[in-house]
Amino acid sequence: MTSTTTGAPTGVAPPEPTTPATPAAKSRRSGGHLGSYLLVRFLLIFPTIFILVTTVFVLMRATGDPITASLGGRLTRAQLDERIAEAGYDRPILVQYLEYLGNIFRGDFGTTISDNRPVTEVVMTYGAATLELAFYALLVALLVGIPLGRIAAARRDKGVDASLRITGILAYATPVFFAGILLKLIFSVWLGWLPVAGRASTDAQIEIQRNGAGTGLFIVDAIATGDPAVVLDVLEHAILPALALGLLTGGIFLRLVRTNVIGTLSTGYVEAARSRGVNERRLLRQHAWRPALVPIITVIGLQVALLLSGAVLTEKTFEWKGLGFQLVQYLLARDFVAVQGLVVLLAVVVALTNFVVDVIAALVDPRIRY
Amino acid sequence: MTDTSLPEVGLAVAHAAPPTPEHTSLWKRLPVVRHVRTSVGLQRTMLVTGLVLVLVFVVTAVFAPLLAPYGYAQLSSGDVNFGSQQPPSAENLLGTTVGGYDVLSRTIWGARPAILVIIVAVTLSIFAGVALGLVSGYFGGWVDRVLVVIADALFAFPSLLLAIVVAIVISGGQSSMWGGVMAAAISLSVVMIPQYFRVVRAEVVRVKAEAFVESARVIGAGHLRIMGRHVLRNSTRTLPLILTLNCSEAVLTLAGLGFLGFGIEPTAAADWGYDLSKSLSDVTSGIWWTAVPPGVAIVLTVLGATLVGESLNDLADPRLRTRRAAKAAALSPVTAVPGGVATDRVPGVESIDELEGPSDLFDENGPRS
Repeated sequence: MTSTTTGAPTGVAPPEPTTPATPAAKSRRSGGHLGSYLLVRFLLIFPTIFILVTTVFVLMRATGDPITASLGGRLTRAQLDERIAEAGYDRPILVQYLEYLGNIFRGDFGTTISDNRPVTEVVMTYGAATLELAFYALLVALLVGIPLGRIAAARRDKGVDASLRITGILAYATPVFFAGILLKLIFSVWLGWLPVAGRASTDAQIEIQRNGAGTGLFIVDAIATGDPAVVLDVLEHAILPALALGLLTGGIFLRLVRTNVIGTLSTGYVEAARSRGVNERRLLRQHAWRPALVPIITVIGLQVALLLSGAVLTEKTFEWKGLGFQLVQYLLARDFVAVQGLVVLLAVVVALTNFVVDVIAALVDPRIRY
Repeated sequence: MTDTSLPEVGLAVAHAAPPTPEHTSLWKRLPVVRHVRTSVGLQRTMLVTGLVLVLVFVVTAVFAPLLAPYGYAQLSSGDVNFGSQQPPSAENLLGTTVGGYDVLSRTIWGARPAILVIIVAVTLSIFAGVALGLVSGYFGGWVDRVLVVIADALFAFPSLLLAIVVAIVISGGQSSMWGGVMAAAISLSVVMIPQYFRVVRAEVVRVKAEAFVESARVIGAGHLRIMGRHVLRNSTRTLPLILTLNCSEAVLTLAGLGFLGFGIEPTAAADWGYDLSKSLSDVTSGIWWTAVPPGVAIVLTVLGATLVGESLNDLADPRLRTRRAAKAAALSPVTAVPGGVATDRVPGVESIDELEGPSDLFDENGPRS
């Protein structure tokens, strides 16, 4: 990005190293088949998750224990010590670390201090909302970024290209929460067209709940009620958050599509087609377009991390009650066990998504799988 | 690899500095200056705009005490309190916040923590990332493999989530100025070190196979000298690009941290992200002046760094360079040729006669004897 950042990252992904540096690359000479590539890529998930979990554990426990951090000052030293001993935080750090790894291996990411719920349950409850938001945002990003990137590449170095590129950079430079605040100010407060915050109005929410156990994905549940007013209400609430989060990623897609199309337009086979007299419009549509789209799949994978960070901020801006919103609540309650659990779980999600994306990329483009 | 012909080395050097055979001052060869000189049209506009924005940001941060009408934690001027959420007036040009601070002053002071985060995070990660990448790429082996896996794992980590964890560790959630700055800076380093590591390592692996490295080894140069003098110097061409992009990321992460409530306390320093999080409820009642100034400050700062980074990237990539620039660059060596021929002599030789050796040994008729 990466970011970025990641970063592009942040944000914008940094240039790819000239030699792929993963151990997967080592298998290039020996393997060379899709199967072995996928196997190596799959096995790499485990060290990745292990490293992420260890990093978070070491960082969190570098200074002290979660009990003192969250309740320090509110209880006496003796009470604190009693709680610490109860939770087992007085044992050697290595023992705690191994136990923590064991728990995670069994799918136990800890139990929150403030409301005493397993972290996995918290994720089950609020994950759907975050998933829904990320899906809308990705949809906006693709719908905005890909066509505009194509236009920019086709009109290269013209006025349209210049303004589109500057728009893309502006979209990246604007923090999601500031974009959210501006959208809110204009469309909700000044124009009064769209709701200010939340995932649905109270009436719609009641109707969804009355309809029975839902999926947690409001749009699915709303359609299940069969009431168009509820569906419309849910969609209205989703527009601004989706725009705020989607425009950021859309700017990155725009830039990427433009660069790739320009790149493929200057490759040998396009030159050959041009020399045969194929007109520019057809060159773009038939020859240069599709190969330029392959790297987008990989970049969508890198954007998952950015989307998650962005979702946390967007959810706070629009009071969208998902994982990010919940994470902020736990932060404010100083419930650091919950924070650690959520962060680690999100890291695992990122690692798994990257694996899936790599698999798709390998299936689409034979060059990737060596 | 075994081809140790000199032209190869010459090519590698020429790649780093475009055709400037004679009398180019150091000033004109400096990275950014050279880029401004070689760019044209839109690309030059973007680069110069970016540089101006960055300059404004730096000047604002350095001279904040002179530029800001009030202090960042000042609640009153003279005996008169500013009051809370006051609209823009002659007294407070951009109004006041919920807490009763002057918005314009806090926006100006806010450049300081931002620039500190950039300096600390980028310095930390450049030194660590380049050193690790150099050693890892140069020596290879299992250490290299382990480092690559770790770098790949951390590369994908959402930096904001990591920043939250580090913020808890460093400050327990309540931040002094340095607490907030260090939380953002350290967590950013964890994510940024892998970026420098990957890029430098890839370059080192490529460069160490070059003929001039082999020559140095044959001469008997030690590992340290080869790494420092031959490999490192030829492996840093992508660093300016990553550096500028990381500056953007640093500002955005600090702002995000502040927005989530891990910002720097308003009495310790001004924090754009913190002010924006406080403005969230103002916006609902139509108060725009507490949200827009700090937000615009973030956008302009990130925009400046990103424009510089994007331009450097495009200028480094021949496929993306504006085509007129390519033509201009192709023409310049041609115009330099007439002058170049005359100076193309063996150094220290004044006339052709001197090459013939002592005149008493040879003349037009062959050796005397």
